[in-house]
Amino acid sequence: MSTSTTDPPLLRAGRLFRDNPVIPLLIVLFLMIVVLEVMRPGIVTPIRAGRDGLISTFWVGNLIKFAIPLAMLAACQVLTMLTAGIDLSVGVVATVSAFVCATLSTLWGVGPAVLVALASGLVVGLANGIGVGHVRVHPLIMTLGTGLIATGCLQVYQRLVINAGSEIPGFLVMLGTGRTAGMPNGLFLFVPFAAFILWLMRYTGFGRLLFALGSNENATKLSGVRAWQVHLALYALSGLIAAIAGLLYLGMIRQTSLSLANPLLLPSVAAAVIGGTSIFGGRGSYAGAIVGALILRVLDTMLTLLQMPEGARTAFFGLIILAVTAIHVRIAGTR
Amino acid sequence: MTRAVRKHIWVLSLAVLLVLLLAVTKLIQPSFGASGLESVARAALPFAFATAGMAVVVIVGGIDLSVASMMAVCAVTAAVLMERMAGVPALIIVLAAGLLMGAINGALIVLTRVPDIVVTLAMLFVWEGAALLILETPGGAVADWLEAGIRGSFLFYGLPKALLITALCVALVWVPIRRTKLGLSIYAVGSDELAAFRSGVSVGWTKVGAYGICGLFCAFGGLSLAALTGIGEPVPGPYLLASVAAVVLGGVVLGGGKGGLLGPILAVFILRIIRTILTLLAVDPNVTTIIEGTIMVAVVMLGTAVTRRGGSQ
Amino acid sequence: MKGESGLLDASGVAKSFGAVRALTDARLRVAEREIVALMGANGAGKSTFVKIITGALKPDAGEVLIRGREAHVGSPAEARRSGLVPVYQEPSLIPDLDVADNLKLGDTPGEPFIRWVEELGAEGLSLSDMIGDLPLATLRILDLARALASEPDVLLLDEMTAALPTDLVDRVLKVVRAKADDGMGVIYVSHRFAEISELCDRATILRDGRTVGEIEIEPGVEERAVELMLGQKIDLDRGRIAAATPADAERPRLRVTALASVPKVSDVSFDLFPGEVLGVVALEGQGQDELFNVLAGFTRPTGGSIEIDGQEVSFNHPADAIAKGVAFVPGNRAEALFPQRSVTENIALPFSARFGSWGQRKARREQDRVNYAVDKLQIDIRAQSEVQRLSGGNQQKVTIGRWLAVGVETLLLFDPTRGIDVRTKRQVYPLVRELAENGASVLYYTSELEEVALACDRVVVIFNGRVVDVIDSAEADEQTLMRAAYGLTATDAAS
Repeated sequence: MSTSTTDPPLLRAGRLFRDNPVIPLLIVLFLMIVVLEVMRPGIVTPIRAGRDGLISTFWVGNLIKFAIPLAMLAACQVLTMLTAGIDLSVGVVATVSAFVCATLSTLWGVGPAVLVALASGLVVGLANGIGVGHVRVHPLIMTLGTGLIATGCLQVYQRLVINAGSEIPGFLVMLGTGRTAGMPNGLFLFVPFAAFILWLMRYTGFGRLLFALGSNENATKLSGVRAWQVHLALYALSGLIAAIAGLLYLGMIRQTSLSLANPLLLPSVAAAVIGGTSIFGGRGSYAGAIVGALILRVLDTMLTLLQMPEGARTAFFGLIILAVTAIHVRIAGTR
Repeated sequence: MTRAVRKHIWVLSLAVLLVLLLAVTKLIQPSFGASGLESVARAALPFAFATAGMAVVVIVGGIDLSVASMMAVCAVTAAVLMERMAGVPALIIVLAAGLLMGAINGALIVLTRVPDIVVTLAMLFVWEGAALLILETPGGAVADWLEAGIRGSFLFYGLPKALLITALCVALVWVPIRRTKLGLSIYAVGSDELAAFRSGVSVGWTKVGAYGICGLFCAFGGLSLAALTGIGEPVPGPYLLASVAAVVLGGVVLGGGKGGLLGPILAVFILRIIRTILTLLAVDPNVTTIIEGTIMVAVVMLGTAVTRRGGSQ
Repeated sequence: MKGESGLLDASGVAKSFGAVRALTDARLRVAEREIVALMGANGAGKSTFVKIITGALKPDAGEVLIRGREAHVGSPAEARRSGLVPVYQEPSLIPDLDVADNLKLGDTPGEPFIRWVEELGAEGLSLSDMIGDLPLATLRILDLARALASEPDVLLLDEMTAALPTDLVDRVLKVVRAKADDGMGVIYVSHRFAEISELCDRATILRDGRTVGEIEIEPGVEERAVELMLGQKIDLDRGRIAAATPADAERPRLRVTALASVPKVSDVSFDLFPGEVLGVVALEGQGQDELFNVLAGFTRPTGGSIEIDGQEVSFNHPADAIAKGVAFVPGNRAEALFPQRSVTENIALPFSARFGSWGQRKARREQDRVNYAVDKLQIDIRAQSEVQRLSGGNQQKVTIGRWLAVGVETLLLFDPTRGIDVRTKRQVYPLVRELAENGASVLYYTSELEEVALACDRVVVIFNGRVVDVIDSAEADEQTLMRAAYGLTATDAAS
């Protein structure tokens, strides 16, 4: 009912941020890099430390390289959060996909291994979609549960292939660790991926339904939308994306582990929330989430420089999510 | 009489199911006896407390995703404190810490007006981080009497101490509260928040109270974890989904207002006994995890479906 | 007036919700031994006024005095302490607790409660009964007994008798009268003239958020009350577009036969022809909400049939209804809008609804259709980036515009002009007429009776879940409609 003329300035500023989160986020990112440079002179601009180069392409490349898998998992969170959901199984799915791919490559060859890895992500996603869309379990509980089951399956699977050894497909290593003109090769995968997500959100009917479902599910029903179809497709897509991110991460880390990508879960939620996506649905930006992922990486470097312990970091991320969400509720008034 | 039966039919059938499962266990492994029962009861301790806490917040109409993290905080606090000071004051400090953490969860929900599920998701990470800050790697020590306290039998052979402790702690906290105005208010708010408000219930304080009780149970859970392992372990265990599943299986409706604590605790023992049976059948422990996870997800899905059908009618 | 000492005195009460002024100048006085009826048509501000009196809402202006003292009613609990006890329309008992626990929760003394329950005639009740297991009528009685047991100075009864069988109504009225004769004041909010004339001493009448009359109850008071509730005839342009007569078409587009949706809708039948606007008139809660939900595919009927173009249909989901050309615009526009999304997205959503249309959107065609609807409805799109920033009237236009863009044959409009400004209202009527002229069928529920003459061809009147009258709109003046809606026949009113 309110009009923009009578709103207090804080509310207007909040709205401005909500509508165009990318620009202020880029400013925040830039300021944080400046602070980082002050904390450790020369880390970003080697010339100040007496080395060559105005800006370290190595540092920038590294920043981008490690932000890519995070930004891909953040896509899962942005898409599901648009519908007021969340996907807490992405960390496990990425881990499963990486592990399956590495172990099957030695047994069946690279091609089938990649396919099976992607299929495993799809299966978990479909299970989530059925639970959320048909049975209407809260997405948080559902994805947590499937994540737990998937972890159990991974442990059983590990027993089965324990003697097979593992092999990391060469093209994944190239994508994960190689560089072209100083920039990580992961961008060859990520740029088309990000373009696809942006296209999906902005120019397709499916994308429009995601926003609408999170904004007012009852109104989508009135318009003739069968919500379960959308949920099923959405969570299946999310599982698939997580599996792809897991493969890329495998190429980057070059080792297998039963909890490889699990630590990326919380930052992926945080990146989406920082990037201006509302956990209550109906509002979100993938461009924002990408910048959010970069910010988190810079923050991570800072916390490492400050020698902040692991626990403080985890608690800090939790508080960021809570604070940003609380501000959303305050400023937007609506959820 | 018939009304009492009808009202408690769910809890009664759970009890019957539990007895049946125990009989099955005995059938599979004839040597299963008092010591087997004792180890089941011991392993069930942290699950029982997590479930009791979760049940209280589900009854008030919320959910607390941070139970496992709060238990971890309490476990490491106990392990660190008991290394340095007498056991009893340390125990009291840990219980107070649990109560405080729960109350903070509740207060944040009331003050920020952010839904329970989101607040407690964020707090899951905050408490997890706090546990790591208190104790970075597993360590510390637990008072001997605490470790001994949950082992063996009490009074007569066959009554596990762990079972007695579960019953005693839950009864000492919940039974007095249940009949007070706070207890009634918890049911009232979960059942119909508007009607509760109109009946003069202070909705905000009731929520803070319920989450505080949940925190207190988590403190018991953390203490039992420390007693089980003898040290403090800062990484949260698998108690979240297990407690939600036990609460749903125990007849507490997601959405609030219905059920008690007896049903969920019986459900905990049912889920534990199923695990024992699978182990006795020589099923790979990892496969057991999968089966258990599937059962828990299925229980929650079924519970949600039933609640929705009830709600739409 | 009976007593001299004022028990409750509310004056100059005003309350706005955003841009909507629910109350501008509401007054109410209750003296000892007095029963005052509070009346008003739908949307007159009754429920807001009740909430302010009971402390559930804070007024923007004005004061509520209880026994001459300003009552600081910050919560229902405090209102109770100050001596005013409300009995709400929907029971405020906790369904999952038993009777005894509910009493304990509200600090109600048990012994007088039981006495009142007996007095009110609810039999076979035990204190250990779960509230959720009890029938609605018993709950109303328990609510009333609980209120009486706390010995209030002023008792507020909001549609107390709505769910009660006749014998219980008589008991309730007798007990309330007796208690008032002992000195208690009563505010009686009701739609039912028969009870008001039997029970009340005075009636306070609200219209458009202000108190427009305080009249003594005497024979023939109904006419006067109806007049006050309607107010002066608003001088709207009466020249409406000539209506198509149902006879023009031989087959109805929508035929509803003996439709039931228990417990609210018991027997509704009507025909809706192509090119016709069929009005639906009913007081609040007579089953019209459920009727529209069934027709829109939200709920399954429990009996009867729906035919579209002569074919029997059964809807499992609104998508089924839309596939048959039936679209629903709900009364509360918040139910139909995506508040954070743009006008275009709001209007164009149905284009993306089906699985086949999930790919790249046909932006050009979509924008053409949206522009068509925006032009047609004259939607002010200056703030189009978020629909929640539009005015209420423009938001309502968006909910209708959606189906204009898609193009449907049957439109179910549920109170489309609720809470919007007069100018927008005047744009809605010709639009509805134009839709009908182009061959659409419109079912039009309205809570504002003067709209019937402006927009509808015929009108069905629903009371208590069944059609009680079908009136041609030429004869449907507001007095006739109001009487029909109150379940009064012409003979009743005359006597």
